[in-house]
Amino acid sequence: MSDRSVAVAARRGPLHAVSLPKGETFAVTRAPDAARFVLRGDPAGVAAFGPAAPGMLRASESGSRAALRLGPDEILLLAPGEDAEAIRGELAAKLPAGAHSLVDVSHRQIGLVVEGRSAALCLAAGCPLDLRPAAFPIGMATRTIFLKAEIVLWRQADDRFHVEVWRSFAPYLVGHLSDAHAGSSDP
Amino acid sequence: MLLIHCPYCEMDRPELEFRYGGEAHIARPADPMATSDETWAEHLYFRSNPRGLHAERWRHISGCGRFFNCLRDTVSDRIVTTYKAGEARPEIDRGAA
Ligand SMILES: [Zn+2]
Repeated sequence: MSDRSVAVAARRGPLHAVSLPKGETFAVTRAPDAARFVLRGDPAGVAAFGPAAPGMLRASESGSRAALRLGPDEILLLAPGEDAEAIRGELAAKLPAGAHSLVDVSHRQIGLVVEGRSAALCLAAGCPLDLRPAAFPIGMATRTIFLKAEIVLWRQADDRFHVEVWRSFAPYLVGHLSDAHAGSSDP
Repeated sequence: MLLIHCPYCEMDRPELEFRYGGEAHIARPADPMATSDETWAEHLYFRSNPRGLHAERWRHISGCGRFFNCLRDTVSDRIVTTYKAGEARPEIDRGAA
């Protein structure tokens, strides 16, 4: 036995050295740590997770769990980070018979909350989709691009979006959102 | 920017979300071992390259992820229609398109 203390590497997020834009009309914050799974197969299988099966390019929610229908048979499941282990067990037991795949992607990407009156405007600086509420209503969720980075964009309110982005692209995304914000009338 | 109608998303989406996938409706010979070199080379390398309507594969890679097919006029670059993978090529006359 030794009483030498061991230096333990500190866990730092991908945005540890990045300052997040924050102003009157625009703010970006980290979403809480999440458990994330990609479910492939019949979307009816989402019921085993909690929320109702979402329509194409829509999100459905139940309590703290959300299901985002990214493709005909591809659903991104989001839940609080501490639920990861339980979800794995629940879904293994409750998914109906048939071909499904369930992949844990919790640490592949991070969640960001992009909110404020200028949220859609700043996102539009890099995302070519029409983000006006008529074309991208509350509850819509889709994979898309922000400049060179692929993101998942989910509108939760007129002025609030949840963005999922792969970890290593996060500083790039936040940097360009900061630029967009600086170029707006609310730096 | 071109807007391309994704038949799975059922909406027009920006071209930056898509990737081109070559000519559509090319069937791989069912039994390559029994296929002559000539037929195999035909399958691998020879494409129709028409002047006019071209059936081609596209993938909505930064969207729903699906491959689908598209009829594009190679002269005007106009996309005439898009349709789901597995569906037959629509019979559209270029003059009417
Ligand atoms: Zn699509």
